[in-house]
This record gives sequence, C-alpha cells and structure tokens, in this order.
Amino acid sequence: MAEEKKVEYWRWPETNWINPDIDWKKGQLITAGVDVGSVSTQAVVMVDGELYAYGNTRTGSDSPDSAWRGMNFALEKSDMKVDNIDYTIGTGYGRVNVPMAQKTITEISCHARGANFMYGPEARTVMDMGGQDCKAISFDDRGKVLSFLMNDKCAAGTGRGMEVFANLIQVPVWEIGARSFQIEKEPPMISSTCVVFAKSEVVSLLEEGKPENEIMAAYTSAMAHRIMELLNRLGVKEKFVITGGIAKNEGVVKRLEKELGMKTAELKWANPRYIERGYPFDPQLAGGIGAALFGNALIKMGKAKSAHKA
Amino acid sequence: MIVAGIDVGGKNVHIVIMDDGKVLAKGMAASGIKKAESTTDLYNDLLKQAGLTRDKVQTVVATGSSGSRATFANGFIPDVAADARAMAKMYPNVRTVIDVGAEEGRAIKVDPEGNIKDFAINEKCAAGTGTFVEAMSRALEVPVEDMAKISLQSVQAPTMNAQCAVFGESEVVSLIHQKIEKKDIARAVHDAIAGRIGSLARIVGVEKDVAAVGGMALNAGFVDSLKRDLGVDVIVPADPGFVGAYGAAYAAAASVTAEQEVKKKVLEKAQPKEGK
Repeated sequence: MAEEKKVEYWRWPETNWINPDIDWKKGQLITAGVDVGSVSTQAVVMVDGELYAYGNTRTGSDSPDSAWRGMNFALEKSDMKVDNIDYTIGTGYGRVNVPMAQKTITEISCHARGANFMYGPEARTVMDMGGQDCKAISFDDRGKVLSFLMNDKCAAGTGRGMEVFANLIQVPVWEIGARSFQIEKEPPMISSTCVVFAKSEVVSLLEEGKPENEIMAAYTSAMAHRIMELLNRLGVKEKFVITGGIAKNEGVVKRLEKELGMKTAELKWANPRYIERGYPFDPQLAGGIGAALFGNALIKMGKAKSAHKA
Repeated sequence: MIVAGIDVGGKNVHIVIMDDGKVLAKGMAASGIKKAESTTDLYNDLLKQAGLTRDKVQTVVATGSSGSRATFANGFIPDVAADARAMAKMYPNVRTVIDVGAEEGRAIKVDPEGNIKDFAINEKCAAGTGTFVEAMSRALEVPVEDMAKISLQSVQAPTMNAQCAVFGESEVVSLIHQKIEKKDIARAVHDAIAGRIGSLARIVGVEKDVAAVGGMALNAGFVDSLKRDLGVDVIVPADPGFVGAYGAAYAAAASVTAEQEVKKKVLEKAQPKEGK
C-alpha cells in the first residue's frame, strides 16, 4: 500500500541567488547581513554595497544552525567562503545567536535601511510583516528610523497566522493571495481577531459549504484590517512599502491598499540596472540587505574593522 | 414549578431542569458546529430522563455566548447575569466570580442579591480561555484531562513568554527541546492562563470570597495557579461547568414568580372593582 505523503501547506519554497555580474574577488569590501526571524532566515552578501548573493530559508529550532544554514545556502553556488566576508551583522528575532556576526542591529533599523535600498529614497513608511510580529516603521530619505510601532504579542496579522490558516484550509500558502480574488462577491471578513478563534470560524464556514476561495478572501481581508489598526496609529506617508513574507500575498496587500486608500510600492528594485539585469526581487530580504549595508557603512566610517584583514 | 436553564457556550451545552430548586435532570453535551441541534437534542434527552414533556416546563431561560441557539427558550439572560444569580443562591458570600469557559473569560463583581456590580470580559483572545490549555496540551502531547494532575506534581515552573496561544504552542515545543519536564511545562501553562485571568479580575478588583466557575474550574492545576496569582483562596462549586445553567434556571423560576405576583396584584386590584 502506497503511503500517503503528508502535504505541508505552510511550507513555502526556499530560494537562493548569486549575482552573475559581480566578481567578488575584485571587490574591496564584502559585508553580510543575517536576518534570523522566527519563521524565516535570510543571509545577504553584498560586495561594495551591491547585492551579490542571498539565501532565504526557514528558521529551524536552533538559531545558530539556522544562521549557518542561511549563509551556506546563500553561498552554495559561489566559491566565496564565509571567511572571505569582511564584516557580518546579525539582525532579527534571533540576532544574538548569529555565530558568524561581529555585531547585531535591531531589525527595525535594518528593515528601514533595506527598504530604502530596495524601494528607493522616496520610501517613507515600511510595514514589515514577519513571521511572528509586524512592525510599522516610518523613516527618512536615507533610511533612518523616525518612529515605529509593533505587534509581537499576538499571532493575528502575522505570517505565522497565515501559515496556520493555510494548513487548516489545505491550500499552499503562496496560492492564497491569487485565489482570494477568484470570487463572485467580496465576503464579510472573518470576525474573530484571535487566530485560534478564527480557525473555528473558518471550520464553520467550511462546514456551511462556503467556497474555499471566499474563505481565503474573508481571511486575507481580516488580516488587512488588522494591519490597518497599526498603520492608523503610526500614520502612513507615501511611498508606502511592505516587506516580509506577507508582501507576497496580494490578497492581503490589495485589500490593505483599498482600506488605506493608498497604493503600496510595486515589488521591484528602485535601481534601474537591477531591473534591467533581471535580479530577483524578494521583499523578505529587506532586513538582511539593511544589515549588510550597515556593515559596509561602519567599515567605511572607520567605526568597525574587517574581521580578517589586518 | 418546573423550569429549565440552558447554557450554550463555545464548546459545550449545559442544561439544568429544576422543580422548586430541586434538580430533576441535568446534563452536558458538546455544542459542536450545529449548536441549535445539539441543544435541542440534549434538552429532549433530559426531559425524557426526568419523565417530562415540554409543556410541563413553565419557563425556559437560555444564557451563554450562543444562547440564542436555544430557539425554544422563553427568555435570554447574559452569562454574567446567570453567574451572578447562581452565586447569590449557592454562595452568597462570594463577591468576585471568575468564569473561564472554552472561548471566553469573565471576572464579575456581584452583591449578595445577585446583582452585577462590575464585570470584565475577554472574548477576543484565546490566551485567557480554556482553548489555550487545550492547544498547549496538544503541543505537549498530554491529554487535556491529565494537565491538572501532572501540573500539580510540579513545584517549579519556567515562565512562558508567549501571550498568544499560537506562539505559546511554539514555546511549549521549545521548552520540550530544552528538556524541561512535562509536569513543569503544564504548570507553566496554567500559570500563564491564570496570569491572564488574574489581570482580568484585577480590572474589576478582587474582593473575597472568590469563586471560580466554568469548565476551566474543573482543572485543579489552573485553580492552583489562580490562587497563587490572586493571593487569595478560590472556591470551586461542586459543578462549576453548570453554574451558568443554574443561574438561567434560577432566573426562569424568578420570572415565573414575578409573573405570578404581577397576576396576583392585578387580580387583587380587580376584585374590589368587581365587588362594586
């Protein structure tokens, strides 16, 4: 009897990339940012402030392991070794447990800095929608944080909540956004705030025979509404950008735009050369990019020394 | 005078059928997704058990978060009112009632007459409800019925950082990885929920005597943590899960009495007129 393979609907695919246009051996300064989040880990390597490599992986039960896994995955297709990196900064929830890092910086600062690099100097507000928390950050044209608000107490409005939902409704988490628009009429949103209670509510809707896509619409709009509460308190200035895994969920993003009455920045590089060369854009990288850029700046300002150059 | 009290909660239905304060039948069932049906079924079963038919019951009062699903009820009272009424009858010295069900937690200040002085409710977040313990017991791989037993064996528990039931599950898993004993984690879980309920109780002010009711009061581990959190003794009635249903039944009886009194007064007033 064939054993039934258990599908894990929350299990989003891991990705890595190497920039084909950069010969790292010719680079002056190699810096890395390792963003160990509660759900995902990103390692970003930059050569002279240009994106060279990244790895986007799931966080395991052990932060140091996860940091290593992310870093090794980023450099998987490169002949660069971790020892070649001049300076590494750890950020994210597990930042104190990044073994190869010389310094830690909070993910708030890193996300603002990263969003500034990715979306350009016009970006003023970033909503980082992470695995176990969400943060609304307002910052200036150089990516310096002005103020922020965060929710790290409650799973409602976080990526973890979306994963729980994906598992319950048995739809891969990356398909939920698109499918939530394949509906006839926008349904009322899930009324429960708590993810646990929302689960019961979803189960009753399934029992009633409501179409799955409609339930996805109801859940994503509840999530958008939840995020609005945070944004309303912070005050949103354009250009408004979303980072983190939920940025890839158009079901949440489009409904948030509607409620906010404001467009979010497109998921593409501000740097025209990056677009032209077709570099992949991943909103989950903001923290790692920001950390790597901070490393570059610190060394240039003489506030930090390369880990291996005397 | 036969009356019935029906408490339709997030997870279970409790029904009490009484005759002048004497219990004729009582029972509980999972309310499930079809709450109206499970409520009606349980009511019919209990009537049969007591050898009654529906028309013998003078008044039916419903309560609970899904009390409206008891479609055959003559009236409805909020769950905080049901708790207050039941306490006035059962434990008139109780001033603070802590009612923790599957999906709600409440702290109610009551007076000896069964009036509500103040109350606070959490119905938004699973972390202060029975659902929290259930979710944690799953993560811990301990049957929920055994949570109390094992947590009472623990003398020292770590503090849970997570306030959210979803994050709590991950935290329990990581505590297991840290080789913390299950009994200590169980106690940590009860401490966590007691902390949430304690905060709710402090909103209204904790005044002695304090009683714990609702399904969670059956969990001695939780009650133990609650005593420590509040720093006072906590009374647990014999049938803590039935308190809401008792309260509804008492309300039903009181409404019949009130109705009879009104009728009597009307008759008294009317009679002299007829005499003239």
